[in-house]
Amino acid sequence: MNGSNGSQKDEIIKFLDRGMRFDGRKADEFRPIEIEYDISKNAEGSARVKVGSTEILAGVKMEVMAPYPDQPNQGTMMVGAELLPFSNPEFEAGPPSIQAIELARVVDRGIRESKAIDMAGLCIAEGEKCWVVVLDIMTINDEGNLIDASGIGAYAALTRTVFPKYEDGKIDYKAKTGKRLELSRVPVPVTVIKIGRHLIIDPTTEEEKAMDSRLTVTTDEKGIIVALQKGGDQPLSQEEILTMVDLATAKAKEIRKLFA
Amino acid sequence: MAYEQRFDGRGMTELRPFKAKAGIVRRADGSAMFQIGDTVAYAAVYGPRDLFPRFLQDPSRGILRCHYNMMPFSGSGERIRPGQNRRAKEISMVTEKALLPVLDLSEYPNAVVDVFIELPQTDAGSRCAGICAASIALADAGLSMKDMVSAIAIGRIEDKIVVDVNKKEEDYEGGMADIPIAMLPRTGELTLLQMDGELSKKDLARAIEAAKGAVKEIKEVQRQALKDKYEGDRK
Repeated sequence: MNGSNGSQKDEIIKFLDRGMRFDGRKADEFRPIEIEYDISKNAEGSARVKVGSTEILAGVKMEVMAPYPDQPNQGTMMVGAELLPFSNPEFEAGPPSIQAIELARVVDRGIRESKAIDMAGLCIAEGEKCWVVVLDIMTINDEGNLIDASGIGAYAALTRTVFPKYEDGKIDYKAKTGKRLELSRVPVPVTVIKIGRHLIIDPTTEEEKAMDSRLTVTTDEKGIIVALQKGGDQPLSQEEILTMVDLATAKAKEIRKLFA
Repeated sequence: MAYEQRFDGRGMTELRPFKAKAGIVRRADGSAMFQIGDTVAYAAVYGPRDLFPRFLQDPSRGILRCHYNMMPFSGSGERIRPGQNRRAKEISMVTEKALLPVLDLSEYPNAVVDVFIELPQTDAGSRCAGICAASIALADAGLSMKDMVSAIAIGRIEDKIVVDVNKKEEDYEGGMADIPIAMLPRTGELTLLQMDGELSKKDLARAIEAAKGAVKEIKEVQRQALKDKYEGDRK
């Protein structure tokens, strides 16, 4: 991440020294966020999220499986993410890259650890059958900050998720019940990156390329941290981390207001 | 048994409502959306760009690569596992063949033009919708093309030829043939032809005739999408 993009990085830092970013935003300013619900009729829940011109789709399919033997009365959740070569000339076709796996896992942890989904409520027959919430994130246009866009999209899609009919051991996907997936918490990830001595949120692609380090902080509506992920090649001090948590918590509070 | 009335009440040669938009992915060199009924296809074009690994390069001309992908939540049944299954690979290949005849890639030796087709929602006819979107996206990328490529799924249901088969018709359990066709609207030549089911030679001719009418309508919407984008850009 360092060196290869030296001159661009110097330029970004020069701007930040004067309190500016290339696109005119302040360091702690998000691009406009748009959430569109129910973008795919065959999904049990879905949403499109745009953060500036970054765009992702999130969709939920419900499946029925045998519960894990160590949690016989609980359902489960799976999160997948694909960094589609459709969305960025640098993404390659093929099995998920480590970046895609990290993205999916960070989103997964925020939802799982906040206990937003009542896993016991997904149990159909103890030890035999349970619902599995399968959430997939697909990138449409990557102009930076896919993690936050994906986390927002994941939550938005889950809020719209309706159970299909389940009868005689079979799912009838065409028959939707009126039953919604209940969510008790609102986890929102906000990623803060460090460039030089500056901390900024909602990075663009060029800012991501120039970053020294990154911290994704997922908080719930009470301000409790439910997931953390440090990225980037450089270390972060305790002081920096705590400042980043403050920034992320404050932004997450604003973002939470956007959910319909 | 006769099929007198289509399940959704359409006329036998009537398409579902369809629309197109050019320029939906900013990072791509060209892109488009094509929606017909509840089937939505996005296409993004990257290139011509350098092709690696090098042994894939053709020094005489650029190559075209298509990737067709149904999103995991896009189908009417179970979740579709990510990664190209055999069906997706075959559709990618026939999509390539459907688009290649209108392109002149001789100016781009050793290069590749990548076409990525993504389907967020499907209700039959997805390969045809993908081809329609891809054709707009290739033009949006500024590649020189002899003609648009327009595509439509024709069906034979009992003794009727129907235009733009939806999922319910595709799943019809009586006498049914599903015939996706891609065509160069100007010449009426076919660049994609597949068929599942049973079909007489006479009905094949009827199906091709029906496709000719449909692609003329589709081509106009594809052209308009491009015009709208470029007129919008100038404003």
